[in-house]
Amino acid sequence: MNAQARQGWLLVAPATLLFVGIVATPLAMTLLLSFNGWSSTQGIVPTLTVQNYAEILSDSFFAEIFLRTLRIALWVTLICVLIGAPEAYILRRMREPWRSSFILVVIGPLLVSVVARTLGWALLLGGNGLIPLALHRLGLTSSPVSLMFTETGVVIALVHVLVPFMVLSVWASLARMDPATERAAQSLGASQITIFLRIVLPQAMPGILSGGIIVFSLAASAFATPAIIGGRRLKVASTLAYDEFLNTLNWPLGAAIAVLLLVGIVAIVVGWNRFIERRYSQVFAS
Amino acid sequence: MPYLALENIRKAYGPAVAVDRLDLGVEKGEFISLLGPSGCGKTTTLQMIAGFVEPTQGAIALDGIDLSRLAPEKRGLGIVFQSYALFPHMTVAANVAFGLEMRRVGKAEIRQRVEQALAMVGLADKGGRYPRQMSGGQQQRVALARALVIRPAILLLDEPLSNLDAKQREEMQLELRQIQRQSGTTTVLVTHDQQEALALSDRIVVMNQGRVEQIGSPFDVYERPGSAFVATFLGRTNTFSAEPTPRGLAVAGHVMMPGERPATISIRPEKVDFTTDGDGLPGRVLTRVFQGNHWLLHVETPGGLCLVIRPNDGRPLPGEGETVVLAFRARDASLSLAGSTP
Ligand SMILES: Nc1ncnc2c1ncn2[C@@H]1O[C@H](COP(=O)(O)OP(=O)(O)OP(=O)(O)O)[C@@H](O)[C@H]1O
Ligand SMILES: [Mg+2]
Repeated sequence: MNAQARQGWLLVAPATLLFVGIVATPLAMTLLLSFNGWSSTQGIVPTLTVQNYAEILSDSFFAEIFLRTLRIALWVTLICVLIGAPEAYILRRMREPWRSSFILVVIGPLLVSVVARTLGWALLLGGNGLIPLALHRLGLTSSPVSLMFTETGVVIALVHVLVPFMVLSVWASLARMDPATERAAQSLGASQITIFLRIVLPQAMPGILSGGIIVFSLAASAFATPAIIGGRRLKVASTLAYDEFLNTLNWPLGAAIAVLLLVGIVAIVVGWNRFIERRYSQVFAS
Repeated sequence: MPYLALENIRKAYGPAVAVDRLDLGVEKGEFISLLGPSGCGKTTTLQMIAGFVEPTQGAIALDGIDLSRLAPEKRGLGIVFQSYALFPHMTVAANVAFGLEMRRVGKAEIRQRVEQALAMVGLADKGGRYPRQMSGGQQQRVALARALVIRPAILLLDEPLSNLDAKQREEMQLELRQIQRQSGTTTVLVTHDQQEALALSDRIVVMNQGRVEQIGSPFDVYERPGSAFVATFLGRTNTFSAEPTPRGLAVAGHVMMPGERPATISIRPEKVDFTTDGDGLPGRVLTRVFQGNHWLLHVETPGGLCLVIRPNDGRPLPGEGETVVLAFRARDASLSLAGSTP
């Protein structure tokens, strides 16, 4: 090993130690824990067993919760794309000083504490809240229907906080776009809608897809929002793991749920990334 | 009435005037260049023709039809942007086909016309590639094919060759000229490269600070510059202030050409020659630089520094430090009377 290489290792050592200490070790311990047994009388039984995984994979109660988590994350991702992509495009076309002020509005949700924000949504979504009353007044529901403890409510609150990630990600890929391509399309006879759909959107696609990854993984692993809006009645994978840890005190089962959630998200994200790279490598230089 | 007519065009950005009092007529099939230094309003003029920039004042008419109310997508003009602006997510063929699709041309005809256009720019076998996979020169040709395939009323080119290296640029100039002749498309080219303007155009519009300085054939604007700006911007020129004497205009007491009033003489370096019969401007060679096909000499004279260009044709030239006598033919020089701007 020459001096330069040694120096390189020395330089990355602190970050590596930190990573091993605060990320890798707890993860490994969680993984080990998920293979331990548990009984209500003895607590954690230090054996090696796949019983927790077998229980999760065979019980339809767990399957339903994992499916719900996936469903919520997909809806949130889809809605974030539908809102965030046009929003980023509109922002890009805005003039100063409007642009800077609206960027602040867009990333606003990230600046508010998750608890305050979510409790705010709880007020809006509850039976006497603004949204159910408005829906009722508009004649869309026969009586004010509370959106608390519903998937719809969770999706709405999650979209609110995750849309900025989509906007910023799409924004980044729009910034790489040559604005002359829009003019070129216009000079060739394209209408504004055609330009957006056929010129801007495809060029923003890498940003939409990577924004999708961020939004999806954050939505699937979100805890505070589903915990407050969904409550005990509407569990998702993360709140389920939390309950197993802190209410049932079945740590091994909770660990197994957390591991499955992690593996699921990683698998989806990696597959997604592969797809993006294959699809766009020849079109857009990295 | 010319095919494309710009009448008294003015464009102001707030207090800053980008283009002012611009009158220009372009005939059908003509190749015209807007030439001028950076910031003189060339791009602004082109963008007003294209419809991306609205004139503050004045009228633009194409074939007798007023363009001012027509959106850019309705004008049917072909534009090649400085950055080419190819659609990176589409293949070369799809790029070229885009304008035809917008015109709802049938599939079979699109395929045929795209093939034709790509063949015209020498890229017949590259239709399946993406823009990223092509060189700058090839991308430039795709942009040209994309603009020409819609059979535009006018082809607008904004410094299309500025991203190419010197050799590629020369090749593309020839090709561009050939393609334009072949398609007969009326063309407006924006450039700040005088070589390019001289090589390509039927007529050159020399612009300065938003105004037209001179419009004329390349030969005309070079040989008979209408103003001191044109003379110095297009090629190099020597200027001498001259006083009238009974025998004619004299520079520092040496009679150079006929004339009765104080004036500034402009003479191109390649039109200045060395003479042996003693009648002319004496001087001393300061430097002599070899430039391949020609020599460049700086000669110090009592009237000021004079640049002389001599072809590398084997004739003997004075060396550095030698004294010489400079002369030129009166018809090669242009005069501007003293009192007007030098
Ligand atoms: N959108 C704008 N807002 C304000 N001023 C502008 C705008 N566009 C151009 N200008 C000004 O108008 C003048 C002419 O600009 P233009 O782009 O037409 O120059 P150009 O001749 O194309 O120069 P170059 O050779 O550098 O491209 C410049 O002084 C420029 O600063
Ligand atoms: Mg320009």
